[in-house]
Amino acid sequence: MEEKEMKQELNFEEAMKRLEEIAQELEKGDLDLDQSVKKFEEGMALSKKCNEILQEAEKRITILIQEDGEIKEENFVPTED
Amino acid sequence: MKIEPISVTELNRYMKEKVAGDEFLNHVYVRGEISNFKNHYTGHMYFTLKDENSLIKCIIFKSYAEKLKFMPKDGMKVLLLGTVSVFERDGVYQIYGKAMQEDGIGSLYTAYEELKAKLEKEGLFDPSHKKPIPQMPLRIGVLTSNTGAVIRDIINVSTRRNPDVQIRLLPVPVQGEGAAEKIVKAIQTMNEQKLADILILARGGGSLEDLWPFNEEIVARAIFASDLPIISAVGHETDFTIADFVADLRAPTPSAAAELAVPNKQDLILKLQNLENRSKIALKKKTEFMRMRYEKCMTRRVFKEPMQMIEEKYLWVDMRKKRIQNAVMQGFQRKKGSAMEKIAKLDALSPLKTLTRGYSITKLGNKVITRASDLKKDDEITLTFLEGETKAKVL
Repeated sequence: MEEKEMKQELNFEEAMKRLEEIAQELEKGDLDLDQSVKKFEEGMALSKKCNEILQEAEKRITILIQEDGEIKEENFVPTED
Repeated sequence: MKIEPISVTELNRYMKEKVAGDEFLNHVYVRGEISNFKNHYTGHMYFTLKDENSLIKCIIFKSYAEKLKFMPKDGMKVLLLGTVSVFERDGVYQIYGKAMQEDGIGSLYTAYEELKAKLEKEGLFDPSHKKPIPQMPLRIGVLTSNTGAVIRDIINVSTRRNPDVQIRLLPVPVQGEGAAEKIVKAIQTMNEQKLADILILARGGGSLEDLWPFNEEIVARAIFASDLPIISAVGHETDFTIADFVADLRAPTPSAAAELAVPNKQDLILKLQNLENRSKIALKKKTEFMRMRYEKCMTRRVFKEPMQMIEEKYLWVDMRKKRIQNAVMQGFQRKKGSAMEKIAKLDALSPLKTLTRGYSITKLGNKVITRASDLKKDDEITLTFLEGETKAKVL
């Protein structure tokens, strides 16, 4: 679970970077039509993935409590003082 | 033994001279706590220095008081440099201070500077060791106190930027004995168990002593060793702790740290849309361009009237054919003409032609005789006529 999420996070940046490159390449217009279509499809897939990552998360504010070397996670609401 | 009495003034003057003559008392450096502090309107400072068992009156005259780097107050632990002298009028001795500093601060500054220089030399602050801050960290790990404004500010700013932010707070003491060790442990725990994608190490403002855990070597080394990128936000904007120098990114305040760590979700969504649109427009342009090229290509004659080209080729072949025929014919005619001419010429020169006119050829043996002197009497000669030949004898 941890590993997978880390990977997805990395993918977001990579995907965003690749998407930027693709947009630039397409705008240059040097590619032939076949390549352009392939790049475009790749770009749309990347964009979809990024959006999924963005929409996936749900607000969660927690406090980690260490007990006997174990870590417990509980919802956290800051106190007013 | 008879003792002559002296006046009080004489005694106090004697004491004053005695004290003034003592080299040690001329330069004292005393540690103590300030009490009864009075900042007189004349600019002189009056107070008492004390410790657990004893106290002494002190005065700092205006000219020295102006040079102090801090405003003394009751309860403050200080180091006072000055001269001990007797105040004749009251019969008291007191310290006439010339310089004063807060006790402990000096050694902390020295320790700070020394550690900073040492770690800098080791390369712990080197930009090449700074890890990049992820653009879209899923979970923000926060190391700070679970009470107070710092965590509240971080949560507020983070939630504003991304309503779906995920924050994990691992509470740590941010000042006092043992705080540094707990901070180190917290950094290690977050790393070992991969509990976050990025860490914020934060603390509100405070005195140099309050901020001290963030100036400790073990904290600096734990930050350096962290695989997770760390944003530090310790103290006020003007406070620079060792932790700030080692961290991958220094934020001036905890709120600023949250802004640096948490991407603005709306911005990212807009950016994605923008990139998508750019790609779409670019592809559409490309397709349109290719269609135009195709259409232009299809308007060419070879595609519109493919037979015409073949017909043209036929024509071309025909023309060539005719030209070749002509050339051959002309050559033949020319050769024929010249042959006729030559035949006519040959004909004219032919001996047969001469013979038709009645001439004959005289031969002796095989030799044609063209001169009478070539012949003598009784030579047997052959006469050739147009038709036939006959033998004759020269007379």
